[in-house]
Amino acid sequence: MEILVCVKRVPDTSENEIQVNSSGTDIERDDLVYSVNEWDNYAVEEAIQIRDRVGGSVTVMTVGDDESEEVLRREMAMGADNGILLSDDAFENADGRAVASILKAAIDKGKYDLILTGAQADDGAGQVGGMLAAMLDVPYASLVNIIETIDDQKIKVGREIAGGNQEMNEMNLPCVLSIQTGINEPRYVGIRGIRKVASVEIPTMGAGDLGLDADAVAPKVKRLDYFVPDMGEGAEMLEGSTEEIIEKLMELLKAKGGIKS
Amino acid sequence: MSRQVFAYIIHKDGKADDTAMEFAVAARKLDANAEVTAVVAGTGAALDAVANEVAALYKTVWKIDNAALEYPVADMVRKALVGILPKDAVVLVPHEHFGLDMAPGLSIQLDSPYIADVVDFESLDGGTLNAVRQEYSGMVSTHVACDIEGGAVITVRPGAFQADENAAAGGTVADKSGDVGDLTVGRRYLETVVAEVGDVDITKSEILVSVGRGIEDEDNLEIVHDLAKAMGADVSCSRPIVDAKWLEKSRQVGTSGQTVSPKVYLACGISGSFQHMGGIKGAPFIVAVNKNAKAPIFQVADIGIVADILEFLPELTEAVEEA
Ligand SMILES: Cc1cc2nc3c(=O)[nH]c(=O)nc-3n(C[C@H](O)[C@H](O)[C@H](O)COP(=O)(O)OP(=O)(O)OC[C@H]3O[C@@H](n4cnc5c(N)ncnc54)[C@H](O)[C@@H]3O)c2cc1C
Ligand SMILES: Nc1ncnc2c1ncn2[C@@H]1O[C@H](COP(=O)(O)O)[C@@H](O)[C@H]1O
Repeated sequence: MEILVCVKRVPDTSENEIQVNSSGTDIERDDLVYSVNEWDNYAVEEAIQIRDRVGGSVTVMTVGDDESEEVLRREMAMGADNGILLSDDAFENADGRAVASILKAAIDKGKYDLILTGAQADDGAGQVGGMLAAMLDVPYASLVNIIETIDDQKIKVGREIAGGNQEMNEMNLPCVLSIQTGINEPRYVGIRGIRKVASVEIPTMGAGDLGLDADAVAPKVKRLDYFVPDMGEGAEMLEGSTEEIIEKLMELLKAKGGIKS
Repeated sequence: MSRQVFAYIIHKDGKADDTAMEFAVAARKLDANAEVTAVVAGTGAALDAVANEVAALYKTVWKIDNAALEYPVADMVRKALVGILPKDAVVLVPHEHFGLDMAPGLSIQLDSPYIADVVDFESLDGGTLNAVRQEYSGMVSTHVACDIEGGAVITVRPGAFQADENAAAGGTVADKSGDVGDLTVGRRYLETVVAEVGDVDITKSEILVSVGRGIEDEDNLEIVHDLAKAMGADVSCSRPIVDAKWLEKSRQVGTSGQTVSPKVYLACGISGSFQHMGGIKGAPFIVAVNKNAKAPIFQVADIGIVADILEFLPELTEAVEEA
């Protein structure tokens, strides 16, 4: 099976405190640590496992700047066979729809049976996978946490729905799936793995190569600012020494029935 | 003509979702002069019950009854909607597992812009909508602008708009089933596999000590179990703890886990994403312990403590044991 996984380089929220910059035009980007979007690692791991079971190849693709090449290399160190970087100054302000258009143009240049994205990325939109499927006119399922291969015409997928229940579907290939965390345990990538792929050539395609004009990638949804939401009432913060905090908390817990003895 | 706003209503077992009431308010806030129509899809008596329930909230309800929609697979619902919606429709869809499945593709097929996971509508200036979203799991918010003159697909976060309990529309149901056409798609629903029951039922717990990614390592879970034992509480958790297989799925609180309603909820190293908080009902007393003073959970907790849980929880356990 020829599998494509779309991956994105994002600020790592477990390594950084995300803050609004002083002018409210962006988040504070100095000193940010970037990594692969958490959901995308699960997607790449799943693709590798399917390839190892049924054969074929795994290609990872990203729309980003030069620095995004590092996430492709990381996923190749995990076991992806090929990487493709889609990069152009014209892509700089791309919104989700523009990203899906760029990916579609690149996908049309290849042949894939299965296309995976993450369920969502840094801005929590969860849009690129579903848009891409509609643009390619193929079936789509989101929040997938089980994939069983059947044959080269169809697969069986489980989607996560409310309450931890699962919706099982049979889907025609090719199709697009967005992958939910927990579907597998993404393998660890060590320095040695990264070194092994350090000099692999990664082809880059720009707007011209993909036949995209400025109109096709112009954002329809424009971010106007960043701001810190009004805390509203917010929590009452307990302050002081740990002993003082614990004393206060114990009083509150007892009053609210938070300690059963 | 005034703007046409459509609220897509999800339902289960013959009852409309809470977002039915919320979207009636959201649509007004988007555009007070809009013509608002609710859309329900499904089949049979269950669908009729939902349509009538929703007609109490909306002036007009469009009903799509089709045997193929007995289980409303997103790819089919999308096809049905594309068949009946006007090109310039502004469509509201809940931002949850169904909306995430159906709505992005709908925006492409209607050739409309897509605004995901909106928590508020700020203003409508001519045809330009200004909406509020959050990024980075609620750590920052943004205003986004979008021209909706030619229509738009907007997913709205469940719970973001306060339902108006007194709303009464006395609406009518229009049957659109005949306009829908063939709903064959490349994805077929097979069955729903119900979640496994675990060793404790956290939906019945009065006190929950809930642990998130801040615990850092599986071995550290011991301090959480110790505290829960001292307090007479059960242990629950956020999703990453289940993804890592450190606790069983039946202990996960949230939209894709359990809905809990304890008296006291002690959130330890949990950031407070809306998917997690969406599983906490009945206004419990929420205490949050987090080492980041800006963690979003402090916006919704009653009591906040800025501390490292690895140090704080054992001290709290000791104090509880001594009390
Ligand atoms: C469709 C969908 C459904 C989902 N359903 C659910 C669901 O049902 N339940 C759920 O929980 N999530 C769900 N999620 C995931 C959700 O979006 C968040 O990713 C998740 O809730 C984050 O869990 P967390 O707060 O434990 O981790 P994080 O967001 O990583 O937060 C960890 C927190 O711990 C703090 N911390 C770190 N170290 C320490 C320390 N030593 N001491 C104190 N504090 C510390 C950090 O400051 C941070 O605030 C869902 C996501 C999607 C897309
Ligand atoms: N710039 C990008 N390049 C490649 N894939 C992307 C990009 N942005 C988003 N995606 C894919 O779409 C998924 C959902 O992202 P989003 O729709 O932005 O929340 C991600 O997990 C990726 O798989």
